[in-house]
Amino acid sequence: MSALLEVQDIHTFIGQFHILEGVTVEVPANGITALLGRNGAGKTTTLRSIMGLNPPARGAVRFDGQALHGRKPFDIAQLGIGYVPDYRAIFRQLTVAENLQIAERRRGDLAARSAFIFEVFPDLEKLYQWPGGQLSGGQQQMLAIARALVPHNRLLLIDEPSEGLAPVIIEGMMAAIRRLTDQVGVLLVEQNFRVASQLADHYVVIEDGKSVHTGRMPDLLASPALIQKYLSAA
Amino acid sequence: MQPTLRVNTFRQSLILSGLFVLGLLAVNLIVFKPGTMAVVTLSGLYQGMLFFLIAAGMSIVFGLLDVLNLAQGAFFMLGAYAGFAIYGALPAGTPIEARFIAALVGATLTGGLAGALMEIGLLRPLYARPVYQIVMTLGLSTALNEVVRAIYGPAGLVPIEEPPLLATTFTIAGGQFETYRVFIIAVGAALMVGISLLLQRTRLGIIIRAGVQDSEMVQALGINVRRIFTLVFALGTAVAALGGMTAAPFLGAYPGMGTDFLLVAIIVIVIGGMSSYEGTAIASLLVGLTRATAEQISLQYFNTPILASVSILLFMVAVLLIRPNGLFGRD
Ligand SMILES: Nc1ncnc2c1ncn2[C@@H]1O[C@H](COP(=O)(O)OP(=O)(O)OP(=O)(O)O)[C@@H](O)[C@H]1O
Ligand SMILES: [Mg+2]
Repeated sequence: MSALLEVQDIHTFIGQFHILEGVTVEVPANGITALLGRNGAGKTTTLRSIMGLNPPARGAVRFDGQALHGRKPFDIAQLGIGYVPDYRAIFRQLTVAENLQIAERRRGDLAARSAFIFEVFPDLEKLYQWPGGQLSGGQQQMLAIARALVPHNRLLLIDEPSEGLAPVIIEGMMAAIRRLTDQVGVLLVEQNFRVASQLADHYVVIEDGKSVHTGRMPDLLASPALIQKYLSAA
Repeated sequence: MQPTLRVNTFRQSLILSGLFVLGLLAVNLIVFKPGTMAVVTLSGLYQGMLFFLIAAGMSIVFGLLDVLNLAQGAFFMLGAYAGFAIYGALPAGTPIEARFIAALVGATLTGGLAGALMEIGLLRPLYARPVYQIVMTLGLSTALNEVVRAIYGPAGLVPIEEPPLLATTFTIAGGQFETYRVFIIAVGAALMVGISLLLQRTRLGIIIRAGVQDSEMVQALGINVRRIFTLVFALGTAVAALGGMTAAPFLGAYPGMGTDFLLVAIIVIVIGGMSSYEGTAIASLLVGLTRATAEQISLQYFNTPILASVSILLFMVAVLLIRPNGLFGRD
């Protein structure tokens, strides 16, 4: 069976800058694939390219067999892709409830999903009528992921969920993300290697805008040489 | 657990606005006889509602699309002329009430349709180019004024006939006031509440409020933001055109009639705090009351209405000294 998401050798420009110079990633329908790489490697740009926010100039993105080329971001999202950006993008003036309602694609999406969402993120139920702008960083991250769960998405693109969060909050977040994998495929960008390695089944390493290496997470963990080569800070 | 922070700043803005209202009423009480005061207050509300009908769309569009639509005054004028055209086009025997209602509806639709065409045809290519937008919206406004001048002549049209029911005056505390201006106040108030409900209670309202902050994320959630932009822009111009038609029985229609209102509307938006809807609504009324009060003082003591326009500017300066971002401005 082919993968849920296939990114094939994409090249993306931002302005005149050639940011992605050949990225290939596959995400299976269940389980978590981690996108690894140093700061500025092109991880965020890869997610934005998939969403159509920075559409690739060359190469192909296929979701569930359909080519995404030429589609607008709203159209791509409607196919069943949820995006959780690194800056979380919580609407500050909207309540938690409204932040979730806005993600509905059909009337009743939220009603159908709220029990599951509150089970995974119990805090959100207590905070339901709060303005998004008053949540803590960890609560905003939970809300950002919850928002991506409101419609029937089959793929989540999650960018740096652990960034800026306290260790105990990160544990909760990891547990939550792990719970999602029987329903969705996840492409996870995560700088915290401990988090990435505990969550992901597969990984892809990006370096200077190119995907340079891919494999199964257990193999990476067993190889200090590979970790040294691709992920050490130097 | 109760959210408090935002509520507090909002309350401060409300209190400050309330203080301005009290100040204006105090001036009225000291300077005017009761009858004059009642008429000045009603007149202030009447003017304020007209300012609101132009400014409401401008401020929401500014928040959502980052575009200051300087053609908004031209849509006000367009509404008035569309009203005249519909009055004239209906068959001879049509009762005035039917003409009037048809003109209100027709002007609103004309304004909305013209606004949608403008957004799609002229504005879309210019997003993220603020200078071009200023030139385009201002140029369109001038062009519409000239088109109207060419078709209907420079003199303007005599005011539309009002329905008999509204063409009366009444006495309040000894002062005389036209019923029709109360009708304008009622139309403005209904829209003020209606737009507020739209923003707070509907899905479109949630999308607008979210889009003001981050329209890219709204789009990434699966919402066709382009279509929302067109819809919101068209709603704004429709309301302005409705305002122009509502004012037509009183002001008539003449080339450039929107321009005076546009300038005041911009001041209203600045006083209110740019993209804040509540700010625009409250600032409209404050500016209307300020203007009416200053006008009456000016007429009473100096025999000229000259202070009316100056007073608005002074009021803006006063507000900005206390609140550099306007009454309901953020940051
Ligand atoms: N809007 C932009 N204009 C110019 N260059 C950009 C822009 N956005 C990103 N870049 C560049 O593209 C490269 C990839 O950026 P990207 O944000 O995708 O990296 P990343 O792997 O997500 O990094 P980080 O780990 O810091 O989040 C960087 O060199 C960055 O400077
Ligand atoms: Mg990044």
